[in-house]
Formats: sequence, structure tokens, C-alpha cells
Amino acid sequence: MSDSSLLALTLAEARDGLARKFFSAHELTLAYNEAVTEIEPLNAYITPTPEPALEMADAADQRLARGEALPLDGIPIAVKDLYCTKGVLTTAASHILDGFHPPYESTVTDRLWQSGAVMLGKTNLDEFAMGSSSTTSYYGPTENPWRRPDDNRPLVPGGSSGGSAAAVAARAALAATGTDTGGSIRQPASFCGIVGLKPTYGRCSRWGVVAYASSLDHPGPMTRTVRDAAILLRAMAGNDPRDSTSAPVPVPDFEAALTGDIRGVRVGIPKEYRADGMPSEIEGLWRQGAEWLRSAGAQPVEISLPMTKYALQAYYIIAPAEASSNLARYDGVRFGLRVEGNSLDEMYELTRAAGFGAEVCRRVMIGTYVLSAGYYDAYYLKAQRVRALIARDFAAAFESVDCLLTPTAPSAAFAIDENTEDPIAMYLNDLFTVPANLAGVPAISVPAGLSAGGLPLGLQITGRAFDEETVLRVAAVLESAAQFRHVPSFVAGGRA
Amino acid sequence: MALDKAAVAHIAALARIRLTEAELEPLADELSHILTWVEQLNEVDTSGVAPMASAAVTSLPMRNDDVTDGGCRQDILSNAPRTARGFFVVPKVVE
Repeated sequence: MSDSSLLALTLAEARDGLARKFFSAHELTLAYNEAVTEIEPLNAYITPTPEPALEMADAADQRLARGEALPLDGIPIAVKDLYCTKGVLTTAASHILDGFHPPYESTVTDRLWQSGAVMLGKTNLDEFAMGSSSTTSYYGPTENPWRRPDDNRPLVPGGSSGGSAAAVAARAALAATGTDTGGSIRQPASFCGIVGLKPTYGRCSRWGVVAYASSLDHPGPMTRTVRDAAILLRAMAGNDPRDSTSAPVPVPDFEAALTGDIRGVRVGIPKEYRADGMPSEIEGLWRQGAEWLRSAGAQPVEISLPMTKYALQAYYIIAPAEASSNLARYDGVRFGLRVEGNSLDEMYELTRAAGFGAEVCRRVMIGTYVLSAGYYDAYYLKAQRVRALIARDFAAAFESVDCLLTPTAPSAAFAIDENTEDPIAMYLNDLFTVPANLAGVPAISVPAGLSAGGLPLGLQITGRAFDEETVLRVAAVLESAAQFRHVPSFVAGGRA
Repeated sequence: MALDKAAVAHIAALARIRLTEAELEPLADELSHILTWVEQLNEVDTSGVAPMASAAVTSLPMRNDDVTDGGCRQDILSNAPRTARGFFVVPKVVE
């Protein structure tokens, strides 16, 4: 097979091609290593790892030859640079982690390598995963491989897992890991025309993932198809004694849930998601999505999630509060950047001022404030009470419906220099994704159509806790109805 | 809540982030803007609602009180900016 046809395969197709010896893991990885180089202008990778990738591929080829293939043997994937990878530079896209080579491997990536997957490299992101555009990285912004046909300005890939999304969309990774604290898997998936799944809280271990907001951080897969997401999630998921919030529940065969049969499934359409000023094309696509599901035998019903309008405000208290605590560890003593000072406090202050970017400083300071004496009850406890009401909304909805259908994001990808003036304008990107993080329920974004400007738009399916199977089954039906076959303007191997 | 420059300087000190005089004013505006926005939560009646700290389904699991890790001093020190004789080095804290 030619390189460009190797790069166009889905994960499931590559898995089958490897099993049937149509090509070797070595050939596949070689093609992907070249693709990683070819898409350098997008700045999707911070650290490519081509040599270890080929070693891992060769080991996979040996197992394949012996007939002892592992579930992901020879599948080349990208890793968001928030996952610690043993001996490989791990930056969280922050200056403050300069030179950090973790002496350990995160649980999720360890599981992937134990399943035979091949690491292509570490992908770019918003600094410490704080952002919705992948523009706050110390290593510079990532570009979306999509462009508006009538306008050549570079667009953001969304964020924070923008490098992972851009790499998968531009065919420079077969799949990728992301993390999602307020939409950081689903919104970039929507902006780049790929599938992104935030599993249930506790489904995938957070051990070894650089912490942003621990009660909201979710590792998950970013892929080209719903089936690929099901395959990758199975390898990533599972109870981990090293993460006390990891759930002691069995991991089902998610791929087996893709029966295509959604007859009788009740799909909630939350009326509060009709946000003021939502572009009519997004509302139109949403209505179309409900029609597609109805034609497949599901029953769309309007429901209410009355607390929706307070989710972002609660998030922007809780997430910064947890971040201010988690990021206290960056002090210039044990790892990363250090700026010398005359006293310990001065060293801390100078190191953190030099090491953190503007958005990280902003969130650490908001978090410090809402946790400080005199303000803790008014801000932090208030937000946690509202969070409880938001979770209650979902629980009540799931008494009458099996899943929810909503848009993923209130817009298509925007230009790199847009939405930079007002932090809150950027925060509004996460309007439809944040509630699932607060409630801990699973949600997936599926590419469903193009905007009038020619850019991908995603629809989101949200389900009950630990019912990724329904989420994936409904998402797969949505995917086959939408028939999204569009290709970005820039892909490795060319568009042919 | 509108924060003034003094309040921002105090928060920065608590957060151990050194700010220049010129950074205080714009940050006071930005942080005040964000705080005013999140204060919309005051519209919600939360009386009798318990705060939700996590979506985790289980209580903290217990395990045997056994040593499961350790003996890796070199690994721990390997990323430190300054070390000496197996320790982290920081500026003098006792006169």
C-alpha cells in the first residue's frame, strides 16, 4: 500500500490490515513518522519520538508473526503532552516544566503500550490544559488543518487537546489520547472533524496525568471513528489502585455495543441548550441530528436541565480552586524551571512568575482568592452546591431518557487571533461541554456536518455514568447517518 | 466583587507569583470582571443542598498499610534543578 492510503485507514482497518499481513507495523509506523514530519507547520507535536516508535513497531511485528498479537499491536498513536511518559520529555506545554523527564509512566499510557500500541510522540496543548484554543502553549499555538475556503487565516484546533485533534485530523496519528476537564477532548474534536470521547469520571485512571482540576479531569480517546473510540477506550480504561477515584468496575467490550440498533432509545433534547445567539446552522444541525436518530427508531423528547446556565460559572470557581492547589507543587525545588532568589519565598515567586503563562496565572489567582479566608463559603462552597444541583439535573433527566443530544460547541473553529481580548469570551466555548464534567457523566462528540464557512461541526451524545455503551451505540448511528467524509485542507500524504 | 491593586498584590503573594507594579492594574480589571461574572451563582437558591466535591462513585478505598514504593532516591532527584549529597538544595531559610 502507498503511504497516503496507509494514512487514510481507520484504527479498526489498520488493526485488520496488520492481522492479515497486508502491511507490517514497521511500514505503518514509518509512514506515520514521515507524516509527523510533514505536518510540522501545524505545530501539533511538541516532542516526536520516531526512534522509540520504530522499536515498538518492530516488537509488535514479532508478536504478530508469532500469532500472539495484542489488541492494539502496531497501532501508532499520539499522546497529549499532559501524560507522563517514562524518560520522554513531558511539558504540559508550560515553561515551568522545562526539561522534565518523568521517571515513571502514566497508567493510561502504560496500558496502551501493554496493549501493543506505538507512541509517535507528545502533542501540543493549552498550558496545563487551561484553554479552549491551544494558543496558550509555551511552545506556540497549534494550527487547525482545516481552513475556511474563502479565507486563508490560520484557525485554532480548539483546546486544550488541540495538538492531539490536529494530529489525528491531519493523518499524522491514527488516534490520540486527550484529557477533558471542561470540554478539552470534545470541543477540539468538533473543531477538527474527528471523534472525541470523555468517559465517565473514574473510568480511566488519572495517575501520571499532570493534574489541572482533579475532580473534573478525565483522560479519554480522540479518534477518526466511533468504533475506533470504542477500541481505544477499552485499552485505556480500568481500575487503578494508584488513583483512589478510579472506579472498581469491569471494563466492557465497548466495540460489541455498536450494534446499530437504537430502536426505542429515548433521546433527551435539553431546551436550555438553545443558547442566545447560537448560530442557526448549529441549531439546524442539531435538529437534523434528532431527525437522523428518529429515522433509526429512537425517540427524541424535549427535556429540561434548568441549572445549565450556571454550569460555566460554577466551573470557573471549582476548576481554578483545584488548579491553585494542584499547581502549588511547581516551586523550583524538585523539577522543572528554577529562578534563583535571595530567599526561599523569592525563589518561589520568581520561578512561578517566569514559568506560568498569563492564563495559568489568572486561574491560579482566581483559585487562590476563592479559597482564601473570608471568601471560601461565598464562592467555593456555593459553586460546589450549584454543582450538586447540576448533577441532580442529569440524574432527573436520565430517569426519563437514555441519553442526550446537543451540539458540542457554540461555534466552528475561529481564527488564532480571535477571542483573545476577553477571557470570558473564550470560556463560553465550553458552554455545552462543561456540565458533563461537573456531573462526571460520559459524553462524545461526533462530526456531523460543515458550517456555511466550510468547517466541521460536532454533535454531542451524553449518557448515564458508566453507560458508555449506549453513548457509543447512539453515536455510531449518528455517525453513519451524517456520513461525514470531508477532508481538511492540509493532510499528510496529500488529499488524493 | 471589584478587586483593587492592593487586593491583587495580596492574592499574588498568597499564590507565590511575583507581579510587577505595571501588571497589577490590568489584572485587577480582569479578575474583577471574572468574579463579577461568577457571582451570577448568587441567583441560585442552594439552601439545604450539600456541596459536591467529586463525581467519584466510591468512598476512598482502604488498603493494607504496607510499603509499596520507595528506594528510588536517584529517580526522585533526577529532575531537580539543584541537588547536593542526595538532597534538594534551596536558598538558606535559617539565619
